[in-house]
Amino acid sequence: MLSIENLHVSVGDKQILKGISLNIGHGEVHAIMGPNGSGKSTLAHVLAGRDGYTVNSGTVRYNGVDLLDLAPEERAREGVFLAFQYPVEIPGVSNIVLLKAALNSIRKHKGLDELDAMDFISLVKSKTKLVDMDEKFLYRAVNEGFSGGEKKRNEILQMAVLEPRLAILDETDSGLDIDAIKIVSDGVNALRSEDRSIVLVTHYQRLLDYIKPDFVHVLAGGRIVKSGDASLALELEDRGYGWVQQHAGA
Amino acid sequence: MSVQFKEHYVSQYSALQASLPGTGLPWLNALRKQALDRFSRSGFPSPREEEWRYTNVAPIERKLFSPFVGTASVDSASLARYRVDGAACLVFVDGQFNAALSTVPEPGEDIVICPMGEAMEKHPDLVEKHFGSVIQRESSGFLSFNTALFTDGALVFLPEGMKIDCPLQLLYVSASPDVLSTARNLVVAQPGSQVEIIESYVGLGDAGYLTAAVTELLVADDSYVTWSKLQSENGRAFHFGGLYADVGPNGRLDHSSFSFGGLLVRNEVHVDLAEASECSLDGLFLATGRQHVDNHTRIGHRKPHGVSREFYKGILDQRARGVFQGRVIVDQYAQKTDSEMNNRNLLLSSDAEIDIKPQLEIYADDVKCAHGVTVGQIEDESVFYLQSRGVDAVAARNMLTFAFANEMVGKIDRPALRSLVQDELLDALPATNLRKEWL
Ligand SMILES: Nc1ncnc2c1ncn2[C@@H]1O[C@H](COP(=O)(O)OP(=O)(O)O)[C@@H](O)[C@H]1O
Ligand SMILES: [Mg+2]
Repeated sequence: MLSIENLHVSVGDKQILKGISLNIGHGEVHAIMGPNGSGKSTLAHVLAGRDGYTVNSGTVRYNGVDLLDLAPEERAREGVFLAFQYPVEIPGVSNIVLLKAALNSIRKHKGLDELDAMDFISLVKSKTKLVDMDEKFLYRAVNEGFSGGEKKRNEILQMAVLEPRLAILDETDSGLDIDAIKIVSDGVNALRSEDRSIVLVTHYQRLLDYIKPDFVHVLAGGRIVKSGDASLALELEDRGYGWVQQHAGA
Repeated sequence: MSVQFKEHYVSQYSALQASLPGTGLPWLNALRKQALDRFSRSGFPSPREEEWRYTNVAPIERKLFSPFVGTASVDSASLARYRVDGAACLVFVDGQFNAALSTVPEPGEDIVICPMGEAMEKHPDLVEKHFGSVIQRESSGFLSFNTALFTDGALVFLPEGMKIDCPLQLLYVSASPDVLSTARNLVVAQPGSQVEIIESYVGLGDAGYLTAAVTELLVADDSYVTWSKLQSENGRAFHFGGLYADVGPNGRLDHSSFSFGGLLVRNEVHVDLAEASECSLDGLFLATGRQHVDNHTRIGHRKPHGVSREFYKGILDQRARGVFQGRVIVDQYAQKTDSEMNNRNLLLSSDAEIDIKPQLEIYADDVKCAHGVTVGQIEDESVFYLQSRGVDAVAARNMLTFAFANEMVGKIDRPALRSLVQDELLDALPATNLRKEWL
């Protein structure tokens, strides 16, 4: 469903991604691991369509279309979802307003009617349970004054409401304690399905104890230096990133 | 030209004199004459005056406005959207009280609420006692202009300990082309009284006009006055509005100003605080196209233990210009003053401009005074966040702009007023695809 071919990306003069190739099938869960600064967030941002990155070469096909050709909102409407490493605070826009605007724009794109107020509220409320979130959060400004854990849960809530086909979770575990990781992971696991592919970007293998990936890739220095199954993550845990980097001559 | 416009207004005065409110009152005639003399010497303020540095009112002088002497026909339906549900309402059309469109409350118990024309006949002593008392230290071309030429306005008098339960709206409607609307209000809240007043300025036609309105507000000891102003003049209108308030010991004034319309606008607020009295000034101004909106506030802490809170937000789009001047004066005796001033502005275009001038003049040594100002743009990061959720870039920017403004609207306690201001805001902003049910 997603096919990245030899992707080179730079910011200004700085080369960040130096030839990434990656194939993701329907319903698969891929973990992308790597040391800080290796380019994980850059990859996530480029897939979501953030400005400021230059794609020097390479292609990204998503369900048969050229993903890089689409505006960020078009990607979202086509089912791409990015859970931000650093979710943005938006004072003055409540969670519920954002969710409604988002869901309706996606439904409209699919040719569906907008949900009426009652159906929408009950849908959203049912999803809050998935991430163990108090309904009161729906009426608070997006992420404003939320703790780190609350922000990450809020990202997963949005994912649950928007039901993407490709979800990219950028360090959704970072800064969370074990209890919070469990809540977030339970939420993500509940959202796993045949027609939803998930990319888990993480620095630690800890998250993978809770969300079992089908594939693990190690990103270092802007390249995927090693790919394998879930056991690769454990090996990394034992031997550290230095091992793969040497291994790959990176 | 400048001589011509002064002569025009002097001749307007001569022509109208006999029909102006209080024309039989010698003290008022003298006051008007003096003011007219001052105006014919000084004219409107010039940018050479420090207080008018950022606002050039010369365009007002290029056109000759006249008070409307007939009765413009305004149907009630066209005013419906401007009326605050549950409020009593005095409607003034082209500067004249319109009884048919108004709902004048009769609260009894010596409370007085009436148009100025009637006040001069029925309560001349009351008016004489207070009229001009708040503005006597002030001098401004617009004040003289208003004093000389005011055609109507409202008198509100609350005896000691009285409270008016429903809010009172003063709705000023300009309907005729080139009309001059000069309202003069006098509001006296005697000790321990309480009232909520909403003044609205709206323009119904497309043609230009000039509003020059002045309010004197006396908030006596232990009284509490809430004063909101909604300025929705039309796109060709000139608007000068001044609120001059004296707050007595332990008194409180909560003022909020929403300024969305007009071509050239000056909103002035002057508050003098006595011992342990408080005021809060909130403001939101929005300007686009070639609008110019100037917010000029002055808070004078005259005695110890006063508290003032000021928070203004501005949004400027296209080639609009905004001004925020916030002056806080803490007199030598005003120890333990606690004052905060904040002004945040959002520029939506690279051609928009804002001039900000916070002025703290502190002559006491044991005080807490803080101020902060910011000018910013909509953050790309926030736009991207919304886009990544499926909201298109234009809608995202609109939503963020609305959110910035809505913080001020959200502070309005009265639901009927909040909803009215929200409607005006949604109208004034570019299409937001936000709907009221979401707010
Ligand atoms: N906007 C940017 N400008 C300059 N350098 C950037 C920018 N974004 C990322 N980088 C650099 O690119 C590299 C990869 O960053 P990032 O993708 O955030 O890594 P990761 O998410 O793996 O920690 C880092 O060296 C980082 O400093
Ligand atoms: Mg990162």
